[in-house]
Amino acid sequence: MTFWTYRRRDNLVGYLFVAPALLGSLAFVLIPLGMVGWYSLNEWNVLGGTFEFIGGENYKQLLADEKLRDSLVATAWFAAGLVVLNLSLALLLAVLLNQKLRGTTLFRTLFFSPVLVSLVAWTLVWQLMLQPEGSVNGLLGVFGVDGPNWLRGETTAMVAVIVVQVIKNVGLNMVLFLAALQGVPAPLYEAAKIDGAGAWRRFRSITIPLISPTILLTSIITIVGSLQVFAQIAVLTQGGPGTSTTVLIYYLYQQAFQFHHFGYGATISVLLFVIVAALTLLQWQMRRKWVLHES
Amino acid sequence: MTKLSRLTALIVAALLALTACSGSSAQSGPKSLRMTVWTANEAHLKLLNEIAAEYKASHPDVTEIKFDTIPADGYTTTLTTQIAGGNAPDLAWILEESAPDFVSSGALAPIKAKVEKADELVPSATKLWEKDGELYAYPFSTSPFGLFVNTDLVRELPKTWEQAVAASAGKNLVLPDFKYQNWAVLSAIWRGWGANAWSEDGRTCGFSSQEMKDAMTFVHKAIFTDKAIPGPGTTVDFFAGNAAMAISQISRAGALKDAKFGWTLLPLPQGPKGDYAVIGQAGVGVLKRSKNADAAADFLGFFTNAANSAKLAQFFPPVRQSLLNADTLAKSNPLLKPEQLQSVVIDGISKGVTKPSHQGQEELNQTIRAALDPLWQPDANIGQVLDGVCEKIKPLLERQ
Repeated sequence: MTFWTYRRRDNLVGYLFVAPALLGSLAFVLIPLGMVGWYSLNEWNVLGGTFEFIGGENYKQLLADEKLRDSLVATAWFAAGLVVLNLSLALLLAVLLNQKLRGTTLFRTLFFSPVLVSLVAWTLVWQLMLQPEGSVNGLLGVFGVDGPNWLRGETTAMVAVIVVQVIKNVGLNMVLFLAALQGVPAPLYEAAKIDGAGAWRRFRSITIPLISPTILLTSIITIVGSLQVFAQIAVLTQGGPGTSTTVLIYYLYQQAFQFHHFGYGATISVLLFVIVAALTLLQWQMRRKWVLHES
Repeated sequence: MTKLSRLTALIVAALLALTACSGSSAQSGPKSLRMTVWTANEAHLKLLNEIAAEYKASHPDVTEIKFDTIPADGYTTTLTTQIAGGNAPDLAWILEESAPDFVSSGALAPIKAKVEKADELVPSATKLWEKDGELYAYPFSTSPFGLFVNTDLVRELPKTWEQAVAASAGKNLVLPDFKYQNWAVLSAIWRGWGANAWSEDGRTCGFSSQEMKDAMTFVHKAIFTDKAIPGPGTTVDFFAGNAAMAISQISRAGALKDAKFGWTLLPLPQGPKGDYAVIGQAGVGVLKRSKNADAAADFLGFFTNAANSAKLAQFFPPVRQSLLNADTLAKSNPLLKPEQLQSVVIDGISKGVTKPSHQGQEELNQTIRAALDPLWQPDANIGQVLDGVCEKIKPLLERQ
């Protein structure tokens, strides 16, 4: 019997086909991931060129770090604000733009276009608009409202960062919702109408259940995305005022790249990884409860 | 050979090539040097490249000297990331605030032996870059803070801070680099009150001192009551003619070459404690980890010798006693008058103190920035905010 049976040949060909993708994810995802875990067990002084194994010291520091607690609170506020605002606005826009009215294509394009704009350019323009004498306050002034110094107040800075991010990305979720809405069979609505169901009842009992897989998908994408928001914070507030907008990933950046605590920075990124994984898992579990068509 | 085995061979070859790429080879024979700088100014780079070309002509073993521009915003972060990634430059321009970190960490190679006439360097300028009598970077650019005045907007030139603020009320007194973030720039003001961010040995916080409280009360009043310093989030450009005065380093004078308004440069106004000067600094050091550290140190010696320092003086104020006279400086600084060069540059460099710097500076920077944020509100409790700063940075100061 020869070594190269048909089965073995077939397997080899299969492995060779996946090899390029596998090597890519090995080199750029799995190995770096493992290295972050390794760095988190070490004290790495970049300037001095020392790299010393310290076991769980960084994790002990993590538990005692008060700034980290502030940062987690800021992250939670940011994520909650972003997800609620983004999903409800996206759904509202999708429902409105799903009507058969004139000009919907124009509005769809309009709401989607920020998604395509370069993130930093988008944020820089908003930074100008949010200045005390900027156009946002100018607009508020038209209605007789004396706008705040948005980026200098703790609450207003957080609101500003969330809104800037929501307007940037709401178009993406809107398009996903639109596609889902158009997949809802029209006869269901007709039948409900005949049964005397009003618009709200139809929305609640037909639309929501039928688009629930999309709601799950968008909420996972949005929550994970909200934990990875960096450029907006770096440009708009640098984590301030105080530490009010120092979200976890910005704190990670400060520790690793600004304060040169690469080991501790790696430890924070392990924490971030765990949080993202846990949230995703939780949502995935919850889908059985409220997503239709899932067995 | 079957098709399959040919494919296998190809993949193995590709893998080998990949692993070969990651290996590094030690430099021998022709050397190429890389120096990170923050400037992207064409005139600056032209001069740097001219000096490098001259050096290469007499040192055939050095085939390339490359000046690698890293934007000033985030300069140190980028530099340390390069070092962390195993891509350290041979020479690096180092900003004064990171000096203690670089000098104390052992990242830099000693260079005193390579510096021409090291004994003529002004002591106030080399202080930051020395450890145990050895010099770890050459104080390449030493730029005193001065008061730029737009003489179209201000008739009577101020001598004291009170006068400066009064004259610029409603007309803007700007600190271009402050942006309510880089608090260290404020040392150009608070030194006039005798205040300091921390004690000489770096262990005791100075923010809660009475001098600091008085100085910050003055700054706060200048922002919110006198409306002289533009408030948080407002940007006003002195160099475009939109402000009465600016507190900035004299190396900024170049930006006024084509100014459409009348201007002059004065020493920093007097505070309650009289005359004083504050300097900003940058040094050039050799990374110990560089494969060509010797060649790099040798080039640094040439780059900063008396003849080249004189050439560089038109952009980067020199620290050599022999060059620090109005005549020499006037040749390379046509925009400034001899008395300005004397009072701001020469006096400033010899008696000035550098901006606050400390080991772990970046963490201190961010902590102080965050703790000072509540101060930039019209109704701030100044004493309480400053005491809060000390509370926050105490553990950091004690950690060294």
